[in-house]
Parts: sequence; C-alpha cells; structure tokens
Amino acid sequence: MSVESLFPRLEALLPKVSKPIQYVGGELNSTVKDWDEATVRWALMYPDAYEVGLPNQGVQILYEILNELPETLAERTYAVWPDLEALMRAEGVPQFTVDAHRPVRAFDVLGLSFSTELGYTNMLTALDLAGIPLLSADRGDDDPIVLAGGHAAFNPEPIADFLDAAVLGDGEQIAIAITEVVREWKAEGSPGGRDELLMRLAESGGVYVPRFYDVDYHADGRIQRVAPNRSGVPWRVHKHTVMDLDEWPYPKKPLVPLAETVHERFSVEIFRGCTRGCRFCQAGMITRPVRERSITTIGDMVEAGVKASGFNEVGLLSLSSADHSEIGEVAKGLADRYEGTNTSLSLPSTRVDAFNIDLANEFSRNGRRSGLTFAPEGGSERMRKVINKMVTEEDLIRTVTTAYTQGWRQVKLYFMCGLPTEEDADVLGIADLARKVIQAGREATGSRDVRCTVSIGGFVPKPHTPFQWAAQADHETVDRRLKALKDALRGDKEYGRAIGMRYHDGKPSIVEGLLSRGDRRVGAVIRAVWEDGGRFDGWSEHFSYQRWMDAADKAGVDVGWYTTREREENEVLPWDHLDAGLDREWLWQDWQDAVNDVEVEDCRWTPCYDCGVCPTMGTEIQIGPTGKKLLPLTVV
Amino acid sequence: MAQRLRVRYAKRGRLRFTSHRDISRAVERAVRRADVPVAFSAGFSPHPKISYVGAAAPTGVASEAEYLEIGVTREYDPDRLRAELDDSLPPGLDVLDVVAATSGSLADRLECSAWEIRLPGADPALAGEAVERFNAAERIEVERLTKKGMRRFDAREVVLNLHAIEGGETTAGQASSQSCVILRMVVRHATPAVRPDDVLTGLRLVADFAPPSPPEVTRLAQGPLDVHIGGPADPFGPDRDTTRGGETGPAGEHVDGDL
Repeated sequence: MSVESLFPRLEALLPKVSKPIQYVGGELNSTVKDWDEATVRWALMYPDAYEVGLPNQGVQILYEILNELPETLAERTYAVWPDLEALMRAEGVPQFTVDAHRPVRAFDVLGLSFSTELGYTNMLTALDLAGIPLLSADRGDDDPIVLAGGHAAFNPEPIADFLDAAVLGDGEQIAIAITEVVREWKAEGSPGGRDELLMRLAESGGVYVPRFYDVDYHADGRIQRVAPNRSGVPWRVHKHTVMDLDEWPYPKKPLVPLAETVHERFSVEIFRGCTRGCRFCQAGMITRPVRERSITTIGDMVEAGVKASGFNEVGLLSLSSADHSEIGEVAKGLADRYEGTNTSLSLPSTRVDAFNIDLANEFSRNGRRSGLTFAPEGGSERMRKVINKMVTEEDLIRTVTTAYTQGWRQVKLYFMCGLPTEEDADVLGIADLARKVIQAGREATGSRDVRCTVSIGGFVPKPHTPFQWAAQADHETVDRRLKALKDALRGDKEYGRAIGMRYHDGKPSIVEGLLSRGDRRVGAVIRAVWEDGGRFDGWSEHFSYQRWMDAADKAGVDVGWYTTREREENEVLPWDHLDAGLDREWLWQDWQDAVNDVEVEDCRWTPCYDCGVCPTMGTEIQIGPTGKKLLPLTVV
Repeated sequence: MAQRLRVRYAKRGRLRFTSHRDISRAVERAVRRADVPVAFSAGFSPHPKISYVGAAAPTGVASEAEYLEIGVTREYDPDRLRAELDDSLPPGLDVLDVVAATSGSLADRLECSAWEIRLPGADPALAGEAVERFNAAERIEVERLTKKGMRRFDAREVVLNLHAIEGGETTAGQASSQSCVILRMVVRHATPAVRPDDVLTGLRLVADFAPPSPPEVTRLAQGPLDVHIGGPADPFGPDRDTTRGGETGPAGEHVDGDL
C-alpha cells in the first residue's frame, strides 16, 4: 500500500511558523527511496529541534547505512516546535518525515536516538502526533516498533513503558540485523503479530524488550529483582561494539541542511571509546574499548566529505581527540592538505597538556588564535583525584602559560559542581586556579590582554559509572557553592575582570538525575509532565522545574530518593540487567578508590586494570600507530 | 580579485521557505563544491566575496529575480559559472543568468520590483473592488513591525500598477487546483520597503478584503523602472556584451503584456 506525501497539507501551515525551512527537507545528500520497493522502512528520530538533531552523527550514520541496504528505506523526523505542533493538531496533520513527508506511523520501525534524557517528553509529542499509542502495551500490528538507542538507552527504564525495544552500544551492525529480522518476519506474513516480532528480536540477545521483563520491588521501594517473564528471553542484554571503524567509514556523504544548525561542519569520528577512566563520564565507561580509525581512513573521509558537502570546517571527533595514537600526523597532514583553502580544522575535547597547544597551533596555521578550551573538571587537586581526572595544578598552569605565550588570548576552563565528596573549598578552588592562570599569563606575556572563562556544569551521577551509587548534590548546595564562587571572582580587584564565569543553576540537573537513574515508576512523571505541556526540556526557555516537581508529587514519586540518596553495594539498580561489559565489582572498587583519592591509569599505556569490558564483550583495544602518513591531495 | 560576476537566481517551490541567511550559506557551499575560484577577503577570518544585491524576497516568498555578485580570482566564463553554480545548488535555488560586471552599481539599477500575489479561493469580484479602491486612494497608512520597531508608512504611493486577474495556472512550482485571484503589481523600492504583505494590509484597510488562505507571493522581476512598459527593465542590460546583441535578458518577461 502506498503512502501519500503530507507535504501539501503541511505547506499550508508553513507560512505561519518560525523557521519553516527546517520542515521542508531536501538537504543535499538526503535520500528519498520508492516506498513500494522497500520491504523494511525505518523512521529515524532525533528527539530535539531540527537545528540540534540534523548534525547528529548517529542518525546520519544509520540513515546512510540503512538506505544503502536493498529493499530498505530510512527517513528522518525531528521534534516540531510548539507553534507547528499547535497547527498540526488543529489541522490533523500527523508527525511526518522530512525526506518524503510520509506519516511516521506508516513505517515499520521508529528508531529514536537519545543522547540525553531531556528528549523524553519530545518523544511523547512525536508519538502522539503520529497517532501511535503512547504505551507499548496499547499498540497494535499497524504501529511501528518504537526502538531507542543512544547513550541514554543504557538505562531506558524510565521510558520502558513507552518503548517496544532498546539497543545498547554501536548501532551500525545491530540496525542491519534488526532490519533482517523484520524483513524475514514480514516475508513470512507477519506470523504471531507484533508480539512474535518482539520475541524474535529479544531472543537474539542484542535487543532489549522491556515488556518481557518484570520488576519486583521491596516494601521500602528498592528493586528486589528484574527477571524475564517468559522463556527464551535472556537474563541480561548486551551492548554492541563495532570493532573495525575502517570498515564503517560513515558518514560518507554528510547531510547539508539549508536551515542553520548548531554544528556547521563535517565531522569525522577519529576513534570510539575512552579508557582515561574519568569516573563521572558515562560515555567513557560505556563505549570501551578504544578503537581507532586509521590515519588513512580519516584522510579519505575528510577528503570525500568536504567535497560532497562544501563545508568549510572539519571536526575531528572523539571523547579525547588528542589521544589518537597518530594525532600529530593527522593534524599536520590535514593542515598541509588544506592550507590556503579556507578550510578550518577543529579538535573538540582536548586534554590539558602542552602537546595540545602544538596541535592547536597546527590547526590555526592560517587562522586566528582566539580561544583554547581545557577541562580540568575539578577545582582542587583532591577533587581531581576523586574523579580520576589526572591533571595537576602545575600541568594546567604550564599548559595555559604556553598557550598565552604562543598568541592565544582566551582560555576556557570547564569544571563541574556537585561532585561526590565535594566541599565548598573545592569549588572556591576554581577561583584560585583561574587567578593563577591569569597571573601566570600576564607574567609570561608581559601583557594584561589575557582572559580566562570558567564554565561550570552541574554533575549528574550516571548509570554504568563508579558514581552510579553516589548521592547527587541537592540544587540548594550547588547554587550556594556557585554563588560563593561568583562572589569570590567578582570581589577580586586584581584578576576578577580578566575572568568570566558561565554556569547554570542546579535545578535542571536534579531532573536529569531523576531521569538518568530512574526506574519504571518514573515513567508516570514523564507522562504527567508531557500532559501538562512539557516540551523541549533541554532548552532553558521551555524547561520548568516546578512542572517536574508537581508531576512527581502527582505520581507519588520521591525525587530525592532517586537523586540525592546514596545507594548501597548490594542494591539492585534499575539497569543491572543491561550489560555495558563493565564488571560490577570493579565499578564498586573504583567507587571506593574515588572516595579514598586513589587514581587509576589509562590501560592503553599501563597494564589492564580489569574493568571487565574486553573479556565480557570479546573485544580488545585497537590503536595504532600504523606509521602511515597523509600524502598531499592531487590538484585537479 | 580579477572579475566580478553578476548572478540572477530564483527561489522556487519549497525553497521559498529559505531565509536570506539560509541562501547565503547554501551559495557559499555550492561555490566551494563547484570549485569556483571565488576571491576571499583579507584578514583573520576571510570570507568569500559574495554580496547580495537589493532587498531579499522575504522568507516564504518565491522569486524569479534575486541578485548577487561573486568576485573571482581569475577571468571566468559567465555561462560556465551559470551552469556550474546551478548544478551545485539544490533544485529550487536556480541560477538563471550570469553576466560579467561592467561599470556602475547593480544595486542602483534595482529601482522597482514586479510582484505576483496568488490568492487561492478568493472572490474575484471582491478582489477587483478592493483593487479599485486601493488605486483610487491617495495615501494608505499601514503598520508593520520592522527591525526598528513598529513603523507606520504609506503603502500607496510607491505602488505603480496594481490589478487583479482571475486565474488557475501555476507559478513557481506551487500547485493550486481551486479558483484563484492573481494580483500583479509594480512597486518602487523605498525605505521602509513596501512589501506585498503591506499591499494586502492596504486592501484590508480600504475594502475590508481578506484572503481566505495564505497568499502565495512571487517576485517576478527587479530592475530599473522602464516608463514605457510601466515596470522593471533588465538590470543586466548595461553589462551585456554588445557582441551578443541578439540575446536579451529574461528579466521582465513575466510582466510584458500584462502591464
């Protein structure tokens, strides 16, 4: 059965909304395939505004891989802003894809990529606009399989009732595997309906189907156990790991939007995973081991991507890009290739050391040396030991001084507030550090024209990290410490004016904490917030703390119990049946080490410390050097 | 910079929803993909020398006559640029005409615009009457929120020619099956600019005329005011190579005959 384009009906609404171009589609390198020739059809959603969702690497990679498969099509859909949502409701226009403007409900799978929990309410809007029942239990054979991925899917329990399935880890191979399961089931005439399809996915061991697991609770509210409720369903569901990134060189043809988006560049992931062992960092824990993309593949991808997109900026992405074993050669090779072409290179996520200044200098060869960013994360030496961010004050001062003397005028430093064991003095230490940075910068350059901005985020304990047992700091504490820091900086006559401070208040972190470490009972809060009009919770102008607290009250959920309560070793955590490969005993030991200021070295350069991932997942660290170099591009 | 090339382009169909900034990013990228030897400004953050001439058609308004100038580092064949840039831009941003700049400012030549406003489902008799009253008025004050806040200005004087016709055909890729009133007009450029929506506001003020569905607006041409045709002439006229005398610019073709 063919599906009609919703565009003519949507078009009539577009003159009345802001930034209508975001709903029009037609991006360069986007794909529209024939509906009837496909047997498996995916709608891929990034549950935030188009301007945030379009550049998302995960969605772009899966979009391209799925569309390369025969008899398979993939289209994209994003959260619509409230102005269009109101018009769509008034005119009965359902949630649509931007590629061919097909109704989302007509697809076989709706795949949602959650980088953050704050997209949960947007998922409910999309389901509701699509005409898909919000609860998995209410869906019928005509509804798509609603499938979540992304980092937040490592604890999908708060949205378990809204999901049919979730996958953990790298999506490339499992998306193809799911496609084949769906294709086979449809070819057989969809035997057993939706339930059998979900069962086939669950049996594989690589797809989590929440409805096949029951959660029992103790009288005091803690989880007693999570267990399969039918035979054939595995007790634990494992994450997926792509082992050879050179075999998966996506995106090959990046989407180039007409609308303005948050990242206007071509991004290449230069490696996946990180074993630095920062204890607060969920990404570093759940994406292990480190798998590098080779220098030659990086060079080929950059060349093809720039040509196919016309972007004038290339971003080399990873969790700590300077750690690539051949980053020096990559930087020099790319800088040579693109010298004089007005193509700029950027390296987000850098460490604090002098080598990074060399890299930054290489990347800014023909540009301006404006600002450099480092992330010490903790304000005091002790705090940095607790979080295993191995940066000494001397390292930081030396690195920043080098940057100032080499012409960089502005240094940005990232910190967190509300870390486990943190005291007021640790946060005030940020002011001391910033003062010393400016002082050293002025001495080294003989100029007062050096600036430093401290940017402070609220810490949220995350599942599958050593801090998963920790008590989150309440927002009053965080706000009090931030105010004390602000006063300290403002009151500093000598250095205060050279130091800027950026921060957010502590309330959104509490909601993020509730959603991060919540269990299935938190789903009622999400639904109540959404019913009360909650949308775009990642946007401060749309976020309402009061709305979340009211909804929690209504649902009988004690927010403090989920956020500021420290867990004991033996408590069953909502995500214990989801396997990121990390050994639970190792995580607990690392939590104890944190409290005792004991540091752990990176296993790329020191012996294995038994986090458990490689043996459990059958993976191993894959790093260079390959010894290869980037040759100059031939001029046409 | 060795040469300046003047480009006339259209924004059509779905791409009428692009804003001026969207177009500027799309053109920059298209130029890079097509390997056009565009000149860059000097300084710390070099920018390609691409400038947009005249007031851009607003977001949501289609156009057959938008203009930009590109500086190139070596002599470049205008026809080659037309073909390459058109290939490189997404369908809907279509390059129609390219000439090498001679002396004189292109901006100064863009004195007036010819507009078409399609009003699907509107009553032809009511529209005709509203147009008559509009034309009969000497001054029609309208208000619009501009960048400088709410402005009040006359929307009548700069409207040189406004008439309504009945029609059902399509322009700019916008399909319309139902009966439809088409307004055509020539508006002299002024500050603040009188835009098609200001004229619609004027029609509402003088005759309480309000279209039943969103108007579909297209800029048909821009150029120097030609008193003989009562509308814009080809702004590339002075730039065109005399050896190619047989070729005349397409600007104004949509309004010939109707005005």
